[in-house]
Amino acid sequence: MTAPVLGDVLGPRGRRQARIATVVSVAVIAGMVLVAYRRLENRGQLRGELWDPFTQWPVWRFLLLGLVNTLKVAALAMALAVVVGGLLALARLARSWPVRFLATVYVEFFRGLPVFLLILFCGFSLPATGLKITVFGAIVLALTLYNGAVLAEVFRAGIRSLDRGQSEAAFAIGLGYWRAMLLVVVPQALRRMVPAIVSQLVTLLKDSTLGIAIGYEELLRRSQISIEFFDNPLATFLVVAAMYIVVNYSLSRLARRLEIRQRRRFQAGAIQVAGLDDLAVVSAQAEAVLPAAETTQPLASGAPTAR
Amino acid sequence: MNVVLDNLDQFLNGMQQTVVLTVLSFAIAFLIGVVVAGFRVSPVPPLRALGTVYVTLIRNTPLAVLLLLFYVGFPKIGILLSPFSSGIIMLSAYTGTFVAETVRAGVNSVAVGQAEAARALGMSFPQVLTVVILPQALRTVVQPLGSIFSALLRNSAVVTIIGVSNLTKIVQSVQADTATNVPAYVGGALAYLLLTIPTGQAIGVIERRVAIRR
Repeated sequence: MTAPVLGDVLGPRGRRQARIATVVSVAVIAGMVLVAYRRLENRGQLRGELWDPFTQWPVWRFLLLGLVNTLKVAALAMALAVVVGGLLALARLARSWPVRFLATVYVEFFRGLPVFLLILFCGFSLPATGLKITVFGAIVLALTLYNGAVLAEVFRAGIRSLDRGQSEAAFAIGLGYWRAMLLVVVPQALRRMVPAIVSQLVTLLKDSTLGIAIGYEELLRRSQISIEFFDNPLATFLVVAAMYIVVNYSLSRLARRLEIRQRRRFQAGAIQVAGLDDLAVVSAQAEAVLPAAETTQPLASGAPTAR
Repeated sequence: MNVVLDNLDQFLNGMQQTVVLTVLSFAIAFLIGVVVAGFRVSPVPPLRALGTVYVTLIRNTPLAVLLLLFYVGFPKIGILLSPFSSGIIMLSAYTGTFVAETVRAGVNSVAVGQAEAARALGMSFPQVLTVVILPQALRTVVQPLGSIFSALLRNSAVVTIIGVSNLTKIVQSVQADTATNVPAYVGGALAYLLLTIPTGQAIGVIERRVAIRR
């Protein structure tokens, strides 16, 4: 085991200590797994009838259709949020100050609120005021309002990161402000923002579970229904967690790969984004703090990041 | 806005509860995050694997699922805690993954020579990490940690689904009690902004005082 640790290969003493720590930690982890297993067994949580539902297609079908509902919400809300965020970003960079001011107020307002509060508002409060909105519409609206504000910041950073020569050249060949933006600046900025958008999608997808509070039948709500039927909360929530992990992990990996590709293409590339919830962006941000991150060795050599 | 003024004490109460949830969870999440980040950069393969598995599994699970799993699922194996404790534990576990990733990125950003110099002085790995690397790493990630704190402040609203009292739950109950719709939510939104905007300012101040820009 000669993995570099903090940029260095261990010497004989370090290797010995690492070996001892390895043996001890394996023993502790094995012990914990054993205790967890015994616990599950003693409490009868490994009984067949609790897990049998997951061998039946109708149950899977029911849950997978819930996942489809989740994905529907996420896809639509994301598409709308990209549009809203793009418009807000342009508004925040606009020349007239009232436009800038209004856009700033919108962004600061919605970024500072819990998505959950927005979902409750759209799901309970809006319909009660007489507005005709379905639960699906309510969740999409709430997620769009919030993520539009978050993406506006991502977009603004993307537009800002573009070399000024691009817009100057566009003006020089006689394009007006809006045409320069739409034809030259936005298309390039958009490409740079794809990784950030994908990782925000993970956050949005997780937030869509909050639809449970207003009764939208997404995956989590359907898992609750299934639990009422089979009375197996532990098994069902574990299975549902696994389903979310598969989807979100795939998306995170995709975001990461896109980001690496972009870094190669634009050298400094990665956009720094302030105030995002999602880790992929936060860590990208912290890594971007150090331009030399690419040349240093990956610390945990176990992580198969293709730098 | 009478609804808000009449129930001002409730709103203030809710703000206080949200702050308590956030501060407690963040303190625990910070500890979890630093330890897990230490695991992930350690020379001990099983600990690295443990750290990676923890971060990958918890981060990709929605907070609502974690809360329900703990509060509804875990009693089946004899782990039955109050809604408040369950909420704190899962908020911390969830936020801890974000802290871990951020701290790890901070550790990566410390120049390699620092660790090499510390090793040359004969320090062991835990010493290198805690005495030399982490103090520098943490100062480079003040701003992302601040974003995580602010996200936690807003995420803490989700504990409503397992019945823990907090600002969002109080907004809901005020709305139900008064049978008025929009004002309760507007009041709640303003209360949240009263918490999140000063938090952002405070983070900026801390950052200017301690952060290292690389």
